[in-house]
Amino acid sequence: MIIDSITDGIVIDHITSGMSMVLYKYLNLDRLTCSVAIIKNAPSSKNGKKDIIKIDRPIDIDVDVLGYLDPGVSVNVIKNGEIVKKFHPDLPEKLVDVIKCKNPRCISQTEQELVHIFKLTDRENRVYRCIYCESKATSDRHHR
Amino acid sequence: MRHLLDILDLSTEEIGELINIACDIINDPDKYSEKCRRKKLATLFFEPSTRTRLSFEAAMYELGGSVLGFSESSSSSTAKGESVSDTIKVVSCYADIIAMRHPKEGAPMVASMVSGVPIINAGDGGHNHPTQTLADLLTIYREKGRFNDLTVGLCGDLKFGRTVHSLINALSRYTGIKFVLISPDELKLPDYVTNNVLIKNNIPYEETTDLLAAMPKLDILYMTRVQKERFFNEQDYIRLKDSYILTPDKLTDAKEDLCIMHPLPRVNEISVAVDNDPRACYFKQVLNGKYMRMALILKLLEVE
Repeated sequence: MIIDSITDGIVIDHITSGMSMVLYKYLNLDRLTCSVAIIKNAPSSKNGKKDIIKIDRPIDIDVDVLGYLDPGVSVNVIKNGEIVKKFHPDLPEKLVDVIKCKNPRCISQTEQELVHIFKLTDRENRVYRCIYCESKATSDRHHR
Repeated sequence: MRHLLDILDLSTEEIGELINIACDIINDPDKYSEKCRRKKLATLFFEPSTRTRLSFEAAMYELGGSVLGFSESSSSSTAKGESVSDTIKVVSCYADIIAMRHPKEGAPMVASMVSGVPIINAGDGGHNHPTQTLADLLTIYREKGRFNDLTVGLCGDLKFGRTVHSLINALSRYTGIKFVLISPDELKLPDYVTNNVLIKNNIPYEETTDLLAAMPKLDILYMTRVQKERFFNEQDYIRLKDSYILTPDKLTDAKEDLCIMHPLPRVNEISVAVDNDPRACYFKQVLNGKYMRMALILKLLEVE
């Protein structure tokens, strides 16, 4: 399978196999008008299989979303056909409007236009809690 | 400007300071009778809680201040669809301090983010109720004279009982505390409290379903009500509501200086016959709650 290399844009590499569509959704890539290539189950020397997303335009990637959903990814920024920057997102301390609290008793379920905020409370076990009701976050990364 | 949303917002030093103020109020109430003159407390009770509201109001009146507010959401703009944020922005134009109770967890935090005056959480759903914990702590201090080296039995609904979670959080910061957690399996302390507070801080605890067997070792017995409003399923509530009922005969092997506590209201989990036992402290807790709320209002209003 051949996907053209991009000149200016972003390549998200080493995505856990099966996670590319989750990232696509959370990064709101459906709103882009440029070419976006999703490569699923590409061969990976490290994990056997991986997903890759190629975005044919320089955009601001929400690094917190990547760090939260799939912290093993690497992000390559491409300019004039060359990788000018490469980085690995860290587990973010705070998630702002990335996920929503699912506790039906939480104020965030009813308060108008309230920003949904989660804080990292246990780095080792990657536990995030809603700052309002302290419920544990559940997200697509657990249900993919 | 400070708020009180969670008991852990206060350090142990600050709790000691509040207890000292409360004890001073008890010894010389006249000294405090004009401290909050011209100050107004708003009691915003989006769900009814007569006792907590009256305690706050009595506290403010005894400090010489005045009170405004509502006792249920149907008599506020919430019934018209107003958000918590908007209500607080409006009320903070009228009052110097706000005590609020709300059925949704985290509502006081939302209030604190927009309020121009201090917010006191007077209970947010099954989440926090820090002024109840302040009442509990003053009661323990006045009955036992210390917070260290106590074996504390918590009995009843340990799953949904927010007063229990707050008290565990508060007492876990002192040395020599042991907990005995007495509940049916369905109402055990949630894992996040066990793991994040007890295990993380190496606090000794045991879980049991047997109140009688636990009784002789306890310095404090904290009884709780199985609350109907915390259950989604009424059948579960009916099945569990009578799990533990304290009667005089169950106190036969208890220590002579046991302190029996309950956040109230009780339904039937403590027999009325226990009320005359000198070890029953639950009505003293009510009075202590008023004194601690007075101390808290003074602290948050920065009144010397």
